[in-house]
Amino acid sequence: MVNSVYSPGTLPARLSPDEYEANFSDINPGFSPHEAMVEADRCYFCYDAPCITACPTEIDIPLFIRQISTGTPRAAAKTIFDSNILGGMCARSCPTENLCEGACVREVAESEPVEIGRLQRFATDTYMDENIHPYTRAHETGKIIAVIGSGPASLACSHRLAIHGHNVEIFEKRPFLGGLNQTGIATYKTVNDFAQQEVEWLLKIGGIKIHLNEAVKDLEDLYQLTQDYDAVFVGAGLGDVNRLNIGSNKFLEAVAFIEELRQASDYGNIPIGKNVVVIGGGMTAIDAGVQSKFLGSENVTIVYRRSRSDMGASEHEINLALKNGVKLLTNAIPMGMTGDGADEKLILGRTEVKDGKIQQTKDTIELPVDQVFMAIGQKLEFDPGNLAIDAGKIVVDLHGRTSVPGIWAGGDCANLGEDLTVTAVAQGRDAAEDIHRHLSK
Amino acid sequence: MPSLNSTFAGIKSPNPFWLASAPPTDKEYNVARAFEAGWGGVVWKTLGLDPHIVNVNGPRYGAVWGPDRNLLGLNNIELITDRPLDVNLREIKSVKQNYPDRAIVVSLMVPCDEASWQGILPQVEESNADGVELNFGCPHGMSERGMGAAVGQVPEYIEMVTRWVKSNTRMPVIVKLTPNITDIRYPARAAKKGGADAVSLINTISSITSVNLDTFSPEPSIDGKGTHGGYCGPAVKPIALNMVAEIARDAETSDLPISGIGGISTWRDATEFLLLGAGNVQVCTAAMTYGFRIVSELQSGLLEWMNDKRFDNVTDCRGLAVGNVTDWQYLNLNFVTKARINQDLCIKCGRCFAVCEDTSHQAIVINSGRTFEVIDEECVACNLCVNVCPVEECITMEQLQPGMVDKRTGQTVDDSLLNWTQHPNNVAACATD
Repeated sequence: MVNSVYSPGTLPARLSPDEYEANFSDINPGFSPHEAMVEADRCYFCYDAPCITACPTEIDIPLFIRQISTGTPRAAAKTIFDSNILGGMCARSCPTENLCEGACVREVAESEPVEIGRLQRFATDTYMDENIHPYTRAHETGKIIAVIGSGPASLACSHRLAIHGHNVEIFEKRPFLGGLNQTGIATYKTVNDFAQQEVEWLLKIGGIKIHLNEAVKDLEDLYQLTQDYDAVFVGAGLGDVNRLNIGSNKFLEAVAFIEELRQASDYGNIPIGKNVVVIGGGMTAIDAGVQSKFLGSENVTIVYRRSRSDMGASEHEINLALKNGVKLLTNAIPMGMTGDGADEKLILGRTEVKDGKIQQTKDTIELPVDQVFMAIGQKLEFDPGNLAIDAGKIVVDLHGRTSVPGIWAGGDCANLGEDLTVTAVAQGRDAAEDIHRHLSK
Repeated sequence: MPSLNSTFAGIKSPNPFWLASAPPTDKEYNVARAFEAGWGGVVWKTLGLDPHIVNVNGPRYGAVWGPDRNLLGLNNIELITDRPLDVNLREIKSVKQNYPDRAIVVSLMVPCDEASWQGILPQVEESNADGVELNFGCPHGMSERGMGAAVGQVPEYIEMVTRWVKSNTRMPVIVKLTPNITDIRYPARAAKKGGADAVSLINTISSITSVNLDTFSPEPSIDGKGTHGGYCGPAVKPIALNMVAEIARDAETSDLPISGIGGISTWRDATEFLLLGAGNVQVCTAAMTYGFRIVSELQSGLLEWMNDKRFDNVTDCRGLAVGNVTDWQYLNLNFVTKARINQDLCIKCGRCFAVCEDTSHQAIVINSGRTFEVIDEECVACNLCVNVCPVEECITMEQLQPGMVDKRTGQTVDDSLLNWTQHPNNVAACATD
């Protein structure tokens, strides 16, 4: 520990190795077998269970919990994987309080839902720890599908296509697979390199060829793929970010910050400001804010232009930030910087909402700032050519079909559902089923 | 404030809660702890003749668990006391001396000949015990040697041995009955004919609790083999309640004091036994699950209930439910109820729908917004939905008042009583008209 939390400026090594270790360890560790049995006993095995309806991948949750409670966690895991091959990551990253657990009847009954996420993790971890793969491929169909990107939508799509006997070729712009699972989820939610382990485990199905460092940049690339392959799935995500036009080198991208953290081998090497401001109200803002705090920043403030209830982040995530000492400043927007060097301050304008629209008031606030992380949304990096676009995303129908025959899309780049890992998995899986139907004709 | 003082078969105790003859009452150490905790009496673990028996040296208990590993049923293959007779008698005398206000009844099991009983009874009297309980109930081990349930399953033997005992002791004699028979009234009547001062029931039920799926051995497993044990605990309470009621409402035995045993875990369980005719109760598995401290709850619960119901003494509430136990043929067929779901309490789990739709009468509908509603036209009032609902009082059975129409049958509810003996479909009843 060279520096302290109070050292001015943007510096590495503000904390001791033990503190980094504690801060970036598993935030919600898996259940022990005993804990899993106790929790599994709480499930009522509901009819047409609300938790299933609330799950974008429609996992048969009551069944897998009953399988845990009867001492067959591997059967439970198989139930999960049948619907969601990335059930392990979803168990770690899903905002369960808004999905399955939010719908649990025990939430209604006693404000304490069954801990479905942790039970799911118990089952999937038990299975994956044995390093066996639950599926085999159907007879080879001879069809080859090109998949663009390797995030959850692409992985789910590829795996399901492989099960059906098709061959898949994944084109990934980065030197590694996983997409946002590997770059976009806070470190403490997926420790021990789980995202990569999961990808390796998933690829055991076979029939999936990987092209790393190969970006599909534009229309020409895409059309070439449609010529060369039997079908194309676009799961490229949102590779670019929205930026604020404030001329300051202190303004950084939250997404890049989170990605850097995920790939870091020594947190003590990462410089972090004494005073950090995060602009935005979604999960990315929370992840950036909490992790800034965990890196030893003294003052972290998340600034959001509307009220707390309008924030995209779940209440659970907001509370996680507050619990860890992150401050929340709502109804404020960044306007510019004042001062210079160590005394530089961010000028924020107070906002109010009138008739649903944000208006700036005369009030301003000044916050000392060493780093500003922008977490105000992502956008397509990929040029979609003449694929129909709506609100910056590729238009798809419920089967994942784009406006161009032979091209399917899913995940964050598609205009269907929320930008969640679990939603991406569902879309990738469903598109694969539709591609399979299409190719089987 | 009501009093919990109890006199059962002439034996006084400060409350009606005794520990049953079982592992908790095998030694002075345990019994002294029980009395310190507040138990009104104990039935000392069954004594036999020397040389004392031996027990297995592997596990003695098997179990059935409910959710959260709640112990619902326990079975055991432990035999009677495995300590010398004189050691037990000495300890009984010592405890009685230290706790003179508590009841100590000694359970006995000796071979089925009068000389054996004549030999042991004077020794028990010498210990200053308050009474004896004849163990005609244990279904395992000892029954293979012609004792325990082997006697209790033959009413003639019960009568014979009871008579021997009564004629050889001044102590009150309680006969403990086995439930491993077809009709509990016969052994109870036999006990009475033999001169018993009371009966106690039920002893444990022959059982195998589980089979090990790896070794294929029944549990508890002794070197890869198992044998049936005696089942007890909350799971057996309904069986015990019925048997107590059968004896209490039998004309031949209705005046025979009953010590109620079988799955009593809470004051509620105990009170149900009292209402069905038991004069006191004996507890074992609940103590073996939670320790002796539960007697505080048994006492406070019964006291509060007696106070609410304005009963001064335990005897005041004894048997008040017996008259309401009847044969099926006398149940009122004009009594019509329908299930009602309280939408404010409903947590929308849908279990009522699942069981009604799959296994019953398709009398519950799912409305929009996942609300569940009873279809009166289909509801036969079976009560299954009530029983599977996880929320207390969410689903209740509402009585249709006379004059209302039962939408299932289309008939107006009649305020007269109609039982099977009067029903037009009863061919036998019509023939007697």
